[in-house]
Amino acid sequence: MKLPLSWLKDYLDITGLSPEDIARKLTFGGLEVEEIKYAGWTMPAYGKDDRREFKTEGIAWDRERIVVAEIREVKPHPNADRLTLCDLFDGTQEQVVLTGAPNIFHLKGTGKLPKPIKVAYAKEGATIYDGHADGLVLTTLKRAKIRGVESYSMVCSEKELGISEEHEGIILLDEDAPVGTPLADYMGDAVLEVKINPNMARCASVLGIARELAALLGRELRDKSTHVYTYTGTQGDFATLEITDPTLNPRFVLGLIRDVEIKQSPYWVQRRLKMVGARPINNIVDATNYAMFELGEPLHAFDYDVLVGRVTNSTHKPKILTRAAKDGEKLTTLDGVERTLTPMNVLVCDEKGALSLAGVMGGAESEVTDKTKNILLEGAAWNFINVRRTARQHNLQSEASFRFSRGVHPAMADKGVSLGLKLISEWSGGTVAPGLVDSYPLPPKDPTVEVTPRDVKRVLGIDLTAQQIIALLERVEFKCEIQEPILDTRKPILDIRYSNNESSNIESSNIASPNIESSNIASPNIESSNIASPNIESSNIASSNPESRISVTTPPYRLDIGEGVVGLADILEEIARLYGIENIPATNIADALPPQIGNPIHEWEERLRDLLISLGFIEIVSYRMTSVEKESRLARFDDHVVIANPITPERNVLRRSLLASVLEAAEKNARAESLSLFEIGAVFLPHKNELPDEPRKLAIVMTGRRAATAWDVKDSPVLDFFDMKGRIELLLAGLQLADVSYAPADSAAHLHPGKAAEIKVGDKMIGQFGELHPLVKERYELGASPVLAAEFDLAALTSAQSGFSLAPVPEFPPVYEDIAVIVDESVAAARVESLIRQTGGRSVTDARLFDVYRDEKIGAGKKSLAYALTYQSPEKTLTDAEAAAIRNKIVKRLEQEVKAKLRS
Amino acid sequence: MNQLNDIETSALQALESVTDEDALQAWKTAHIGRSSPLMQVFAGLGKLSKEEKPAVGQAANRVKLALESAFEARAQIIKDAALAKSLEEEQLDVTLPGRPAPRGRLHPSTVQLRRMLDILAEMGFQVYTSREVETDEFNFQFLNFPLHHPAREMQDSFYVETEGRGDNPILLRTHTSPGQIRAMRDAVAAAPDPANPPPIRIALPGMCYRYEQITARSEIQFNQVEGLAVGTNITFADLKGTLTDFARRMFGQGARVRFRADHFPFTEPSAEMDVECFVCGGKGCSVCKRSGWLEILGCGMVHPNVLMSGGYDPKRYTGFAFGMGPERQAMLRYRIEDIRYFWGNDVRFLEQF
Ligand SMILES: [Zn+2]
Repeated sequence: MKLPLSWLKDYLDITGLSPEDIARKLTFGGLEVEEIKYAGWTMPAYGKDDRREFKTEGIAWDRERIVVAEIREVKPHPNADRLTLCDLFDGTQEQVVLTGAPNIFHLKGTGKLPKPIKVAYAKEGATIYDGHADGLVLTTLKRAKIRGVESYSMVCSEKELGISEEHEGIILLDEDAPVGTPLADYMGDAVLEVKINPNMARCASVLGIARELAALLGRELRDKSTHVYTYTGTQGDFATLEITDPTLNPRFVLGLIRDVEIKQSPYWVQRRLKMVGARPINNIVDATNYAMFELGEPLHAFDYDVLVGRVTNSTHKPKILTRAAKDGEKLTTLDGVERTLTPMNVLVCDEKGALSLAGVMGGAESEVTDKTKNILLEGAAWNFINVRRTARQHNLQSEASFRFSRGVHPAMADKGVSLGLKLISEWSGGTVAPGLVDSYPLPPKDPTVEVTPRDVKRVLGIDLTAQQIIALLERVEFKCEIQEPILDTRKPILDIRYSNNESSNIESSNIASPNIESSNIASPNIESSNIASPNIESSNIASSNPESRISVTTPPYRLDIGEGVVGLADILEEIARLYGIENIPATNIADALPPQIGNPIHEWEERLRDLLISLGFIEIVSYRMTSVEKESRLARFDDHVVIANPITPERNVLRRSLLASVLEAAEKNARAESLSLFEIGAVFLPHKNELPDEPRKLAIVMTGRRAATAWDVKDSPVLDFFDMKGRIELLLAGLQLADVSYAPADSAAHLHPGKAAEIKVGDKMIGQFGELHPLVKERYELGASPVLAAEFDLAALTSAQSGFSLAPVPEFPPVYEDIAVIVDESVAAARVESLIRQTGGRSVTDARLFDVYRDEKIGAGKKSLAYALTYQSPEKTLTDAEAAAIRNKIVKRLEQEVKAKLRS
Repeated sequence: MNQLNDIETSALQALESVTDEDALQAWKTAHIGRSSPLMQVFAGLGKLSKEEKPAVGQAANRVKLALESAFEARAQIIKDAALAKSLEEEQLDVTLPGRPAPRGRLHPSTVQLRRMLDILAEMGFQVYTSREVETDEFNFQFLNFPLHHPAREMQDSFYVETEGRGDNPILLRTHTSPGQIRAMRDAVAAAPDPANPPPIRIALPGMCYRYEQITARSEIQFNQVEGLAVGTNITFADLKGTLTDFARRMFGQGARVRFRADHFPFTEPSAEMDVECFVCGGKGCSVCKRSGWLEILGCGMVHPNVLMSGGYDPKRYTGFAFGMGPERQAMLRYRIEDIRYFWGNDVRFLEQF
């Protein structure tokens, strides 16, 4: 909502407050000001690098150099047909001004004007926007010769003054504009862009914000009678009304004005509408918009004669009816689009059919045109859900639907119509027909909520007396009553200094008119700190009984206060806002600390990350949304969690494979010499029409060179299966997993069948890894080196955690010996090692494979495995003979089990 | 005896010209080795008369000790010279680059998440994680976003294709707040007396999703960290105190904060916490868009409807909740201009953290 401060001043005295002061007050009170746009008012002189509390734009109008002036005659230019020379009076002297403005061109050569034209006049040296530039470029007026005539000043367009983009013609001010007055005083402005949160729907109007600001400042609204336009006249007889479903349409009000003259609105009206972001159309449409921006009640104008022409009954009076649309019903809205409707849409109809899409947009047929004479004006209340969904369904977001879809109180309907009629009659000369036609079948219940000082203490943590609470709430027009005057015998909660009259409780509870207190807390800016400070007069905190029940009734213009515990929270929020959230103290939680149980799974994942980082891996995080095509490069899955409204077909399902994510990342970085990437995160396994499973995974990809090129190490070998296995071994050792085993993987279709392993802890599979299958690798744009991929199931990994057991540090010296055995190719190294360890028992503390060797001497289909063995006893120093005995046992076992031969 | 003097003199003379290890060893063999003249003297001692023997023996021993100590001294000189030479010769160009070692890196979001969670853990807020795909009930309805409520427009959602779920469709969570409900319900279910569930103090991290166009400033997925404290004695003043402490830990002991009223459906009263810009110290800079303040965190007292959804009686329990974005804070901290870097997975970006 754009709030021109010139308009705000109609309602509130803002003397002594800068636009920044006002913006700050609103922002802290829950109406965030996103920008201040100056169009005339004196602007803070910000340097380029100065701190700006608010985003600030716009232009200030030099009070000396930009003034109201009048053009007295429009003369031809001697050397240019399209230009004119104007005789102008700026309040002190006559000037000659050159202009090409088309909107006074027709007056060229007509002699002295019977009625001078009021204009915005910029003198030599004034800084304005360059009207011919793209965007906003400041320029300072200098003396120059244009086609032989000296020019030094200018009559301005709206663009040149920062009012709008308009540069077609010059501004033509209203006739009563006072010549010689600084333009900034006459119509200078600063416009605040105010963010309206859903709970502040009541503030989507000048009155709404004025009311809120008055409360925050502790000031009174200016002449309250001006914001209550109530017709006390009788029920009008120019139409009849039928509301089919009051839950869709709680209230409908009609007014009639006859014999209007349709023309442009006064300039000040047009300017205000432009400042709030609306386009002036004509005096009728402008009046409905103006009333909406002022009060928050959207209005709709019908051509009354069109409706009368459609009447089929004998009364010759339109019968207006509201109802839900029929499925498939059609209506051409005034933007010329034929719309197909659903029962979610609500219609305003007459006997012949639909007239307008309620709360969203009028119909084309009954639209006000240049020929319209009589206007039927509608102000209504609609179910905000229907309006919101209708506006979305038909993509018709408007100022009206913005307000109705957030809720407009039905009590505003007649006020809106009354103001609309008043404005139309003022601007068009029409005559208002007596009375309004008003059907109000479902007045909202303005909730009454009970609040006690104890509630305030319990939720907000501040001590307020009943009187202080009442004083705050009455600022925003809640009706407050102390429900149960209780004689308080307890000590007041507040410091004794505050209350030098012990019997004050009784006094306070008898106070009938809370206005007396509220005025004591009225001073702006510092009011809230007063409440808590000892300066406050003791009589104000007379009742400090925390149990005093205050019944608080919602004023009839807001719909955001609930009932019961919800209503209480709503009221507590009002108290917090008005007290000033910034004034509530900061305290430590006194409540008991819940048992500290930690989160083992989260901690486990973090440990995994740390280990992977220490092993040289880079963590990535991918989009969870992907496409079946992208994933199917790695593997085909039967189904996915499908996004119903994807932003792009490339992200229309949730991933099933984390490895696919990491491979895509590797592909993006394919130019890197060496890549070691990992990701930890969820994959999504669908269940038809139910929530998916979200198992968490770890995926690792390595490819490229083992080490990045250094100046002295050229052509480091490329990473292969055993590089990855080495990292995985370290990772699992870091997690202190015992009983880890590796076996050829036969279930991993995406891996090279001969270079794939599955990893088990005990007999539980926790993951698999290997070299990417050549056919799979082909589908990715990756380098020539093998791509190594691993994937772990984190739940399996977590549950595989084994208890830690410390091996004693050996006391006696070891005996080292190397042995080499020749076995068939088909014998797995792991089998040989496990036989060595089994046979050696605890005397063999290490068996490290250090060489695998094949040649003709050994024979085809054979290999030699060389192991460095460490013999060690925890009890004594082993002799060579004892070590030899163990070795012989091992060799014998290997001969028996795998037909191994000791290599001499 | 003269012979011994000659042996000594000539040996010491020869030693004078020895300057390297090889020559030194040769000298040793020649002058104090087994077949050296000196050793011949020792070997010939047996042939001497009883009278001569002691004197010659003594003299020979003296010469042997003298030569040995001369040898040691010369050896030391040669060693020192060799060391000095090698130290002089082995001069590296220390400006050559080091040999690269593999360099692991945490994702910047993880770094930021950890900072937040570590501080919160010390303040008693323990990590609670929950699912990323949620029902409308958990993501909205239980959190006081009624069906069709305008507040939902603030959080456009990605929906999952389903049939026949009516007003409870499945969607990608738009915030971690559904975890608030799940945590409260867990606590109620585990409580010996469900009417008196225990207090709660948790941090809820995780990935969230909103229907947005992907631009430099907006993303379809982002991490969030929420905090939730529920108990029988928790106030808005406590919320301010807790978050002020948090901000000091997060942004430095001198960090100044301010609170202003705001609106969120699941809290009431609600507030926004700003931190004085840590880049410019509040003087105004491009990071804080010249305002001197950074919007960091939304917070408020848990709405009674949310407490009720979680099984906590709002007449007896109160609570506060707050939420913040690790990526946004990382962007401020590291001056990352484009949010798309986070899920772009370009190692040239990731390697810098
Ligand atoms: Zn800054």
